[in-house]
Amino acid sequence: MPRIEIQKTYKIFINGQFPRTESGRYYPLKNKKGDVIANICLSSRKDFRNAVVAARGAFGGWSGRAAFNRSQILYRIAEMMEGRKEQFIAELVAQNTPVKAAKHEVEEAIDTMVYYAGWCDKYQALFSSVNPVASSHYNFSVPEPTGVVAIIASEYLSLIGLVSAIAPVIAGGNTCVVLASESMPLCAVTFAEVLNTSDLSAGVVNILTGKSEELHTHFSTHLDVNAILYCRNNKSEIKTIKENASLNVKRVFVYENDLKLIKAQGPYFIFDFQEIKTTWHPIENIGSSKGGY
Amino acid sequence: MTKKTKQPTLDFKTDWAYAPALEDTKHINLKKQYDLFIDGKFVKPNSKKHFATYNPATEEKIAEIAEANEKDVDKAVKAARKAFDKWSKISAKERGKYIYRIARLIQERAREFAVIETMDGGKPIRESRDIDIPLAANHFFYYAGWADKLEYAFPDRTPKSLGVAGQIIPWNFPLLMAAWKIAPALATGNTVVLKPAETTSLTALKLADLIQDSGLPDGVVNIITGAGHTGAAIVNHPDINKIAFTGSTDVGKMIQKAIAGTDKKLTLELGGKAANIIFDDAPLDQAVEGIVNGIFFNQGHVCCAGSRLFVQENVADIVIRKLKDRMETLVVGNPMDKNTDIGAINSKEQLLKINNYLKIGKAEGADIYQSSCGIPSKGYFCKPTLFLNASQSHRVVQEEIFGPVLTIQTFRTIEEVIEKANNIPYGLSAGVWTDKGSKIFNLTSKLRAGVVWANTYNKFDPTSPFGGYKESGFGREGGLHGLMPYVRL
Repeated sequence: MPRIEIQKTYKIFINGQFPRTESGRYYPLKNKKGDVIANICLSSRKDFRNAVVAARGAFGGWSGRAAFNRSQILYRIAEMMEGRKEQFIAELVAQNTPVKAAKHEVEEAIDTMVYYAGWCDKYQALFSSVNPVASSHYNFSVPEPTGVVAIIASEYLSLIGLVSAIAPVIAGGNTCVVLASESMPLCAVTFAEVLNTSDLSAGVVNILTGKSEELHTHFSTHLDVNAILYCRNNKSEIKTIKENASLNVKRVFVYENDLKLIKAQGPYFIFDFQEIKTTWHPIENIGSSKGGY
Repeated sequence: MTKKTKQPTLDFKTDWAYAPALEDTKHINLKKQYDLFIDGKFVKPNSKKHFATYNPATEEKIAEIAEANEKDVDKAVKAARKAFDKWSKISAKERGKYIYRIARLIQERAREFAVIETMDGGKPIRESRDIDIPLAANHFFYYAGWADKLEYAFPDRTPKSLGVAGQIIPWNFPLLMAAWKIAPALATGNTVVLKPAETTSLTALKLADLIQDSGLPDGVVNIITGAGHTGAAIVNHPDINKIAFTGSTDVGKMIQKAIAGTDKKLTLELGGKAANIIFDDAPLDQAVEGIVNGIFFNQGHVCCAGSRLFVQENVADIVIRKLKDRMETLVVGNPMDKNTDIGAINSKEQLLKINNYLKIGKAEGADIYQSSCGIPSKGYFCKPTLFLNASQSHRVVQEEIFGPVLTIQTFRTIEEVIEKANNIPYGLSAGVWTDKGSKIFNLTSKLRAGVVWANTYNKFDPTSPFGGYKESGFGREGGLHGLMPYVRL
């Protein structure tokens, strides 16, 4: 008798743990032949709210880490992804991506993570300034992370789209709650397992599966979310999100087109989720430097 | 509580009487009635309506201002759209030179602007003369230089102009806010439809005169006047690419919601409720100056005002005593007098709002203290006010009052004061006073606010980015970062 394979249970990722959705609901994920390949959690408002609590709790620690340390952790994520490369490819293929395209997407996703690992301690130099004010003050501006970011990730680019959305947000010291692709959720759950073995603190990234249709209102109305990133092209959802964002002046970014390019990379994606802080301090003007200066 | 010892009291009324030192107002040129500045010309409003603008210090009418309706807004947007085609194609170098001209003309006419600003808005002439008007000119001068250097501001990107910017500004720094809005928009090749606040339109209209004289191509800057209805027409106009708003958080949220279904780019500079934190090792006399400047500058009509004072418990008694003494020396009265520290409240409506908060604060149980100064019988004035023993949940602590009203809370530890300072929906600015450098940097990096003043307060400069965290808005004005809201990368 052939060996019975152990099938994987795909669960959501909140605060460094893998609970099932509190709602107990699921949706079946089918392959091209119509076979059910997994039962996926249909996350609820309560799951989202728990995830926001986790993300808020993780924010101080993650944003307070040395940028160099964040860089090492993102690189570690890339290392772990490389180790799971075949699994990611197999999952994309199971979700109807041609083998060649799947391999390309996984490699790009890993390289994107390495790319942003490198930015963790460099974008600050790019976006900071020392401002030559006319009065006797020392004045400088630096970027600081916006806070908790709610992300509705790309529906079609289920891995590279996910990584391209998450990496710049966490490279910049933010924490996030992410809704994975509904039709292709497998890689997102595996990516959560990668994160969980990459020294990333619990709560920095939280990943839910389910329907944007059900969750985008909760994502955009939550008052402890500082910014929202939407990577799909449903016009009515975009409008609702932007309207709800006004409840607490959330920053809203829509990468509807940008992430169609598989290589949507650059420090400006980090900048989107940064606040510029300007600090002033008086300079004493006593004594004289005379000619020797 | 320490035992009360008898403190010597100072009688400033008899010892510190100043002779009046009134600024000359005869040299200013004002029309009786102002129309809308559209496409380089002053034109009658389609609404056929004008409204009066008053001097809040005397309650006298100064002039009549046109009220723009939807058709007027449409006309202004069309003019700006038409001008955009040419303006965005003019060489950047030439664009910069036009902006330099505007800066120079403001410097040349600075005193007239200062007098009108004080007359129309009620702020002390000392502030309009030494702060508002020079900073406005400097802002144009600063951004003029950026016009032909934009490729250095955004590595690896080619910045493009957005198109027509609709800009809505508040009444607390009328000309300065116009400069903050117009200068970066022009430097980046955009054209402008600007609406000043309805109580303070005059310096914006004088700026329109000046822009005419500068030879700036017609339609590049359009200045239209009116109240909220006019502002809404700008926000909702379909051919505007960018909205820049400075004002209350409530209106900012309405604007964000209103443009949700569009591709309009948005910057919001909204309300604040800044913590001004005094540690026991601070130079206390300097800190008291900072407290006074933080909350009483411009009658407290400042979004970044240091309106929540946090004093470390062991120095609270002495800081409060010094603060009360210093408040006795503040001259409240005629804004046109060069001795005046605190001028008129901008409008009757605002005075009612402030007075209502004074009632709320008392009812909530905070202890009110006001300086013993008299206030003029005519005009809108408010005595400098403290709320002692205020607590975090009080409305006067949580809500923006926008007047000369300071709440005072005490704290023991750094953790406690960071928690309290950040526990508010706003995040525009903050102040920290201590002699210890490492403590300053600890605080300045943990306070969630866009501008942090350490051992100083309420300083502004065109090179220095300004703007908020959280519900105080997004986007920056000033400095290199102030270019970003006006370009597409």
